[in-house]
Amino acid sequence: MKAFRTHTGLVAPLDRANVDTDQIIPKEFLKRIERTGFGEFLFYDWRRKPDRTLDPDFVLNQPRYKGASILVADRNFGCGSSREHAPWALDDFGFRVIIAPSFADIFANNCVKNGLLTVVLLEAQVATLMKRAQEIEGYRLTVDLEKRQVRDDSGFSASFTMDDFNRRCLLEGLDDIGLTLQHQAEIAAYEAQRFGVV
Amino acid sequence: MCEPPGQPPLLYVDLHLVHEVTSPQAFDGLRAAGRRVRQPGRTLVTVDHNVPTTPGHLPITDPIAARQMEALRRNCQEFGLTLYDVDSPDQGIVHVIGPELGATQPGLTIVCGDSHTSTHGAFGALAFGVGTSEVEHVLATQCLPQQKPRTMEIRINGPLPEGVAAKDLVLGIIGSIGTDGATGHVVEYTGEAVRGLSMEGRMTVCNMSIEAGARAGMVAPDEVTFAYLRGRRFSPQGSAWDEAVARWSALRSEPGARYDKVIEIDAAKLAPFVTWGTNPGMVVPVTGRVPDPAAARTTAERSAAERALQYMALTAGTAIEQISVDRVFIGSCTNSRIEDLRAAARVARGHKVNPKVRAMVVPGSQAVRREAEGEGLHEIFRAAGFEWRDSGCSMCLGMNPDVLQPGERCASTSNRNFEGRQGRGGRTHLVSPMMAAAAAIEGHFTDIRKWRFQ
Repeated sequence: MKAFRTHTGLVAPLDRANVDTDQIIPKEFLKRIERTGFGEFLFYDWRRKPDRTLDPDFVLNQPRYKGASILVADRNFGCGSSREHAPWALDDFGFRVIIAPSFADIFANNCVKNGLLTVVLLEAQVATLMKRAQEIEGYRLTVDLEKRQVRDDSGFSASFTMDDFNRRCLLEGLDDIGLTLQHQAEIAAYEAQRFGVV
Repeated sequence: MCEPPGQPPLLYVDLHLVHEVTSPQAFDGLRAAGRRVRQPGRTLVTVDHNVPTTPGHLPITDPIAARQMEALRRNCQEFGLTLYDVDSPDQGIVHVIGPELGATQPGLTIVCGDSHTSTHGAFGALAFGVGTSEVEHVLATQCLPQQKPRTMEIRINGPLPEGVAAKDLVLGIIGSIGTDGATGHVVEYTGEAVRGLSMEGRMTVCNMSIEAGARAGMVAPDEVTFAYLRGRRFSPQGSAWDEAVARWSALRSEPGARYDKVIEIDAAKLAPFVTWGTNPGMVVPVTGRVPDPAAARTTAERSAAERALQYMALTAGTAIEQISVDRVFIGSCTNSRIEDLRAAARVARGHKVNPKVRAMVVPGSQAVRREAEGEGLHEIFRAAGFEWRDSGCSMCLGMNPDVLQPGERCASTSNRNFEGRQGRGGRTHLVSPMMAAAAAIEGHFTDIRKWRFQ
């Protein structure tokens, strides 16, 4: 897994609640059997007009947000389908951090596995960041996982919580399958006891 | 299974369900690391998302879909897994075939790279959806590191009124608690209305737990559960059956059990529901009207409602029964089981689909299709003008050729009315199978409680 320690980057505001994974990556792009190359399909239907040309009004198409690596969104981000293609698309597009008041469970899990950090802040804090990203050209944030802190250089600072294990996996870029496989003897013993097979 | 220090507890996975869309990258991961599938016998594999629903699932005209299905075949062969392929009599939507084969049983832990895995909780199993990295984790280790979730009871007091289906029950719950009302929780559904549901109805309710954000949903097993499972292929047989029933009977919350959160709903207040917006929580009774965004509690809710109305091409205040439909879809892991098809056929019998509506019935599995045909349901549907299809996920998510055209409006028995879910620019209204069949015939939504059954 890709490690995450600290990151500073341009912030893009996506002022919508309940952004579902069908919007993050529509189903017609789930048929590919690779793990990479999903970035161009990120928010495909929102980024495009009905004739499929880019919609200049959509936030990620605006030149001032080009190269953004931190996305700020409203509550329940990533709801719906379990498709890991959603974090793959966000990652491939260049995002390293998503900040929102809440995330759907499966989506948040999938992000950890891909070194993509989901940061939960209070609604009021998210609203502040949303406003700053909309109003201040070139607005940047630093997200520090070691200190569990989000800060900008105009006085905003907020701390966030994160599950210790997930934090360690992200900081160290751990292979969690490898960790589980260290317990093969216990797994085999459990199977023998439950199913009577060795 | 065990609790390693400094790590979340490891949960042993008793049954791993696999399909073509969320697995290819997981098998690639195994190959890259030189790992094998730990328990091929606890891994049940089928193709469902991409398969055409034309007779015999042919032809497969989409080369990228064909490549994904071919990848699954190759992976199953390489890793020694049994595949219920398109030509298998047991093929079907993974959440339909697990229960009908008797693989889904009370007390099991079940995962699948699909959010609607919550369906299997209807049997008193702990069943939840995972992403592709976790699919790989389970293939390699048969375990998942899992933090203990919070618990929530949703108690439905009193019996369901006439004409109110399991689908209406769950739409009513989501409408009441919202699409993130159960996030981080495993929900237990209790109360008279839930006890009164068949296994098909319980599966419909548990299926849509994820639409309220729940990690999983479950119903304690009882005689209804045991009667459903008896004699199925992977159900215990002989004396093992009696032992299993004794074990399963103990799988219930103690009286007075404490949950982190409790919601109570009065069944008498439920009605046939229709969604009007772009998430399953945007729902009103069929006798209601499209709500006015100005009445929303917060500015965020108001802008979401305005956006939804614009996408759905609806005006606030319009009576739901005045909304006409172009398409009707009866199917999906929510509502494609035999009881769903019987309910829809009872409505369709003796009527004709409105000439401006295209209506489709897609059984959840080959077994459901055979059973329905054995009862003559396909003849009722065909005589009424419905298309009778082969099994698969179909227009629930439109990964196969069954999609809405831009601007088309659909009454659908599926689980998600997200923008573009059934096809780019398509407009989805979620309803029960009876309500969908009635909409096909009338050409607009209509209150099933006033239906002229023939």
